[in-house]
Amino acid sequence: MSSTSTTGTTPGGVPAAGRAPARRRPSTARLALARVRLELLTSSRERDAVVFVFAYPVLMMVIFGAVFGDQELPDGTPFARYFLAGIAATAIVLTSFQNLAVTIAREREDGTLKRLRGMPVPVSAYVLGKVGAVLVSSLAQMVLLLAVARLAYDVPLPADAEHWLRFAWVFALGTVAGCVLGIAASALPRSGASANAVITPLVLVLQFVSGVFFVYGSLPEWMRSVAELFPLKWMAQGMRAAFLPESAVAAEPGGSWELGTGALVLAAWALVGLVVCLRTFRWSRRDV
Amino acid sequence: MSTATTAAGPAVRVRGLVKRYGHPVTGHLAVDGLDLDVERGECFALLGPNGAGKTTTVEVLEGHRSRTAGEVQVLGEDPATAGLDWRARTGIVLQSATDAADLSVQEVVRHFAVYHADPRDPDEVVEAVGLTGQRRTRVRALSGGQRRRLDVALGILGRPELLFLDEPTTGFDPEARRQFHDLVRALRADGTTVLLTTHYLDEAAQLADRVGVVARGRLLEVAPPDHLGGRASLGAVVSWTEDGRPREEVTAAPTALVRSLLERPGLLVDGEVPGLQVRRPTLEDAYLALLDSAGAAADETTDTPAPAPTPRRSR
Repeated sequence: MSSTSTTGTTPGGVPAAGRAPARRRPSTARLALARVRLELLTSSRERDAVVFVFAYPVLMMVIFGAVFGDQELPDGTPFARYFLAGIAATAIVLTSFQNLAVTIAREREDGTLKRLRGMPVPVSAYVLGKVGAVLVSSLAQMVLLLAVARLAYDVPLPADAEHWLRFAWVFALGTVAGCVLGIAASALPRSGASANAVITPLVLVLQFVSGVFFVYGSLPEWMRSVAELFPLKWMAQGMRAAFLPESAVAAEPGGSWELGTGALVLAAWALVGLVVCLRTFRWSRRDV
Repeated sequence: MSTATTAAGPAVRVRGLVKRYGHPVTGHLAVDGLDLDVERGECFALLGPNGAGKTTTVEVLEGHRSRTAGEVQVLGEDPATAGLDWRARTGIVLQSATDAADLSVQEVVRHFAVYHADPRDPDEVVEAVGLTGQRRTRVRALSGGQRRRLDVALGILGRPELLFLDEPTTGFDPEARRQFHDLVRALRADGTTVLLTTHYLDEAAQLADRVGVVARGRLLEVAPPDHLGGRASLGAVVSWTEDGRPREEVTAAPTALVRSLLERPGLLVDGEVPGLQVRRPTLEDAYLALLDSAGAAADETTDTPAPAPTPRRSR
């Protein structure tokens, strides 16, 4: 490659096309960071995204607080505290799974992915950008949700490192599983417009059967056995193990937090999602 | 001035390109044995009616679409397998993207500059495409022509050796089109190879060093714009009004014909030939004549099985 001056402007006003062969393309890490920044900037300007990530969980907290404010579990744990766990788990699913499934389906349609495919950008930088942005906004969302629960509903935060650790791994594993499954599911809707229609009911039904809207132990057994197949039930249960007093374990159907099984199920879903992503992710809607 | 002399061989070399959508035998045949060479540093325009296979061909060259058969080399590599270093050397201007709607022009261009090893200065590129006045405008709020100019800005940020422009000025007003033409000329003067598809024949005539006419998935002819269809040797059309009726004559010597008209008794009105026009065949005339003869040629060979009328999925 011949090297010419990289500065200067041609008479037509276009900066000159001189090339500097010594310069390397930016690393995937640098590109991923730039993508995280852009994703956050973009979603901060999309009303849907802001509503889903920040308003919805807080709204759930407010509604549950208003409806069940004076009720409690048999061991005396207030319902507000019980449902915080389910709301936290739901919030993670919305920000990772639902958000990615819908936005990527839309980006496949509006030319975002097609443009990136024509750029010197590896798919991994795009995916890492998505996951990084989800992690950042999920963390901000958790801080907001916990603050509202603590200040407005007197829900005590985990008191020791063990319980915070439970919160941390359920958050991390749930977010990663939600991200890869969301990316995988983005290929399901036939168009960006139908993405919301496909994904939203899926997530809503999961919330009903997974113990987010009702005390899990009060659900019929067949419903629980459906819920056990999916990640949300295990995330909600893991969050209960982080936020509820040990006495509340009596309200769990098995009399246990089942943390080992929960971790295995979430890890399995994350792995399945990753494999599906790697095998099916396409920059374009249809390449025939 | 040219900097695009980095390797031997043409910028684009295509032999026997075939693209069939859907079913491998009965699917719609969009490209049917197309050959194409684009030299480094030239501006080459692909012309052809809708459905002729222009966009499919360009998408195969860009690496956006797989091909059914044929040999394709773009900047010395096969686009189907070329990596990110190859991507860095090509620039693509999308035809109908609506992405990045919530970001400002400046934010988008600065972000995309990060992808390249040695990008052009983002602010200078925004200036070059005439969007300095809109640099803080959200992309959603740009007009159609401004939006396409942003696409061009993103396509040239990485100093590409080869720039793909697929119908770039569709929906431009005349002023925006003129500015865009200046921009392409400047890029071309800078050594960038440009592969353009367009419906506007005047655009091809102004910008292209050579034009290629595509019909039914094949390249009918390649020539400089003023030579297409033997245009340079075609006669001029002289038309006038005589006895209240329009007359028209094709001649290689229009000056002599006009002089003879002047001497025709009773023709002149106030010393003028009524309705006199001398017209050289335009690129459009040559283009339409080419398509006409190609259509006739295709009709003569209808004994070959016609491709199934599957709806086109490209574009």
